[in-house]
This record gives sequence, C-alpha cells and structure tokens, in this order.
Amino acid sequence: MSDMPLLRVNAVSKFYGSRIGCQNVSFELWPGEVLAVVGESGSGKTTLLDCLATRLAPSTGSVEYRMRDGQFRDLYRMSEAERRFLMRTDWGFVHQNPADGLRMTVSAGANVGERLMAVGDRHYGNIRAAAADWLGRVEIAADRIDDQPRAFSGGMRQRLQIARNLVTNPRLVFMDEPTGGLDVSVQARLLDLLRGLVSDLGLAAIVVTHDLAVARLLSHRMMVMKDGRIVETGLTDRVLDDPQAPYTQLLVSSILQV
Amino acid sequence: MTELATYNFAYLDEQTKRMIRRAILKAIAIPGYQVPFASREMPMPYGWGTGGVQVTAAIIGPNDTLKVIDQGADDTTNAVSIRAFFQKVSSVRVTTKTTEATIIQTRHRIPETALQTGQTLVYQVPIPEPLRFLEPRETETRKMHALEEYGLMHVKLYEDIARHGHIATTYAYPVKVEGRYVMDPSPTPKFDNPKMHRSPALQLFGAGREKRIYAIPPYTEVVSLDFEDHPFEIQTFSEPCALCGARGSYLDEVILDDKGGSMFVCSDTDFCEDRQSEGHQGHLSANPAQADTHAAGVEK
Repeated sequence: MSDMPLLRVNAVSKFYGSRIGCQNVSFELWPGEVLAVVGESGSGKTTLLDCLATRLAPSTGSVEYRMRDGQFRDLYRMSEAERRFLMRTDWGFVHQNPADGLRMTVSAGANVGERLMAVGDRHYGNIRAAAADWLGRVEIAADRIDDQPRAFSGGMRQRLQIARNLVTNPRLVFMDEPTGGLDVSVQARLLDLLRGLVSDLGLAAIVVTHDLAVARLLSHRMMVMKDGRIVETGLTDRVLDDPQAPYTQLLVSSILQV
Repeated sequence: MTELATYNFAYLDEQTKRMIRRAILKAIAIPGYQVPFASREMPMPYGWGTGGVQVTAAIIGPNDTLKVIDQGADDTTNAVSIRAFFQKVSSVRVTTKTTEATIIQTRHRIPETALQTGQTLVYQVPIPEPLRFLEPRETETRKMHALEEYGLMHVKLYEDIARHGHIATTYAYPVKVEGRYVMDPSPTPKFDNPKMHRSPALQLFGAGREKRIYAIPPYTEVVSLDFEDHPFEIQTFSEPCALCGARGSYLDEVILDDKGGSMFVCSDTDFCEDRQSEGHQGHLSANPAQADTHAAGVEK
C-alpha cells in the first residue's frame, strides 16, 4: 500500500431542500482498500456514493482524488470532460440493477469492449481478445460473447457488468448493492469472484450494502450510517464483533440466524 | 402564372428564410455540427423532404438552376413533386443535368458526375443523429458530441463484425468531419461516402421533422469510421449497368418479370442517359446488336 490516500472526502453534505441526504461525511480511502458503507434503507448510503462518484453534486464539502500522476484533484473543480474520462478509465461503477450499467441491446463482447473503444482502441481483433479474456475471468462461457445480456441470467449480467467496468484496469470501483436481488448460492459465487478480483488487481472499492454478511466478506473497513450521518467507523471485524454505537449494536443483533 | 402572386418567392416568408440562413451559416462555420432551427410546416408530410425543401427555399435565387433527385432518379414522385413545387413558387429554371444545376436537392444519393465549385448539394435527412439508435437520450448524445465521446459509434461497427464477419452497415454510414464531429451522411449508400471527402461543392443537410441543419463546406475532410483490421470499403458490383454498360457506378436492381428475372441499372438516371446518348450501351439496351460490340470494345 502507498503512503498516500487515493480518495480524500472532506465534510461532504447533500441536502434535498430541507431534508438531509447525508451530512458532514469525511474519510480517506487508501489504494487497495475495500470500504463498506452499511446502514438501513434511507440512511443516505446511495446519496453518499453518488456524491463520491460524481453522479450527484454535493451541497457542501469536497472530494479529492489522487490522479495517476500523483496529484490530488478536486472532482468538482474538474471540467465535465475530465470527470467523464476519469469515470470510464480509472473508475468503475457497478449498479445494483445490471440493466442500468449495461447496454442491453448490444452483445456481451461489445459491452466489455465499449470502454476500450471509448479510449481510442480501433483494432477489432485486440478488442475482441480483451473482451474474451475478461468474460473468462468472470466465468462467462466463451460461446456467449455474441449474445445480448437480455439472454443472460441475473448473476451472469452482474458478472458481465463487473467485467465491463474492470477492462480498463481502473484503480477505484464503486459498487451499489452488487449482490442485491441474487439468490444466495449465486451471491456466494459472485462474492468469491469479487474478492479474488479485488485482491488480484489491488483495486480500491467502496461498497454500499445493507447486507452485513457481504460487508464482512468483502471489506477491510466499514462505515455505519444512520439518518445521513456516520455513527461508527472501524475495521470490519471489530465493528461487527464489538459494535460500540447503540445503532450498530441494534443492526448487528438484527441479523437473522439460520 | 397568375397564382404566383399568392406566394412569396420560394414559398417561405423572408423572416423564415433569414432564420434558416443563419442556421446554415452556423452549420458551415462548425462542419458536421447539428444546428437546431425552427422548422416550418411545409405543404408536404414529414419524411418527404421538408428539411431539404426549407434549405433549398432559403438559398435559392432567381438566377439558380435546380435539379432534384430521389434515389438518384429525376423522374420519381418525390423528385417530380419537389421540382414542380419550386417551379410554381419561385419560377426558377430547372434541369435534370447535373452539370447545369447550381443547386441539387437529393434524397439518398450523390450524383455520379463529380460536383464542381459553386454547386450546392442539399440533402433530405430523416434522422440527423448518428448515435440515436445506440443512445436514445438527446440530452446525452448532445453531451457526447460536445465532449467528443464517440466510442459508442464503434460499438455499432463492432456489433456488425461480430454478427456478420464484416461491417454490414451499407447506408447512413457514419463519418467524422474535419477530425471533430461524427455525422450521419443521411441514408446515402456508403458507396457515396468517398465523394463527400474534399468535395468542391457545398453540402447542406436539412432534417425537417428533427429540426436540425448541418453542413460540410467545400474541401472538408470527411472520413468514414472503421477498424484498423476491418477498413472501410464501398460496395462493388459484379456486372455493368444493363443500359449504359457503366462499371463503377451505383446500380439498382430492377425486377423484369415474375420468374426471377432482373437487371442492374445505374441509379443515377442523368448519368446513365448521358452515357447512352454518347453511344455507350449495355446488354439490355434497345439495340442489342450494337451492345455486343460496345461491351467488347468501348468499355475498357
């Protein structure tokens, strides 16, 4: 790990009129670190994620990202062209619903290849080889490369979405409930895959989830949100095994035991 | 023509023509960029060339000579009606000769005869947005043009190769204009794309329903998009024109009977007739005896 953080978040707040989306959130994310943001529905997790991923401008505060040249840049002082370029090269965003992150009417291979073409790759053979390689890495059979994601199961779509995001070797990936809506066995395989990819590629990731088991498996560090504020933060094992804040204690004790 | 008094010259009122000319000037200043304009109701339905007619009406003057083609032909319904329309509302001279025309309004073809300085080609455009079927949101496609994000255009070409083994787009083949804007050349066959490149003529595009005008000024770079390992290619035909024997022109298939018989003839009727009057003949010409000698001798 480097001695400089990858992302610096300073007192980010987002207000929807008089309502609070998230308030006064500050933290740092380090290269190769996976941070889980947990909390109940409506606690501001997704608002926070959108503010970080430049999908929603925060009302106050700043988000700084360390570019590949080592310089910190304030995301909201960059031009829109730079932000969008960053989003499709150095970053990834995995949506809860794969249909939001995929082009459902073009083939799996083109879905993976789109980012390569967007950064100027103009060699069909190379693009196709890279797409085939990535489909293999996310365990999609090679003969499905020309099928549209419409013909894929929910789990396959989610894996395709991950491949599409990782093909440009991003350094930071945002995930919004990546396993939401999948059955438990598919969820387990996806988590296994994600864990492998994150550790192999040294990705930093921010994972929003309401599922504490997902957070336990994937993340190194955890932030617990309630009513738009962070109520507790710490190493994942510590937070889950020894919750300090009353709300975290409630959350941990609410997990259903099978 | 007594009824002429009831129309302003070239049908549109002067303020409207001025508005359209402003849009045209902006379009010429930014080659390939789609300029919005306040498209008017015309006495014809959308899809019949209302955009092209408005552009022509805005630029035509009493000294102009107008030619109108539809799929290359001067004698099809759309071409005849639009030509008659301008004769009625502006009494300009009309022609079917490519070389005599100062303004050529076209639907889906560029004439085979090379255009010259001073000529203007006006295209009728149904859908000006090349990214439309890949990204349906106009807010998003305009942003993509503004930020020059054209990776998506290649996704379409990738899909073609993945599905058909080659780039199967044969018309409305996307081009990049002067290294900046990706543009839809209107549904001309890709056969005509190379003719747009560094053409001495001014090319104007009008989309009436979509309310957009765009332009390629003379001598502008127009490059068809492709992949390094799948370069752009135009259509080729295995046989010459059945009437004038031309090779290297764009051919239409004409059905001759209900037993599967057909012939291929030039889609550009003026080009074909010119060649026939010069004595060139194909194998289905009126006088086939001559055709044989020509097929063997003249065409080299």
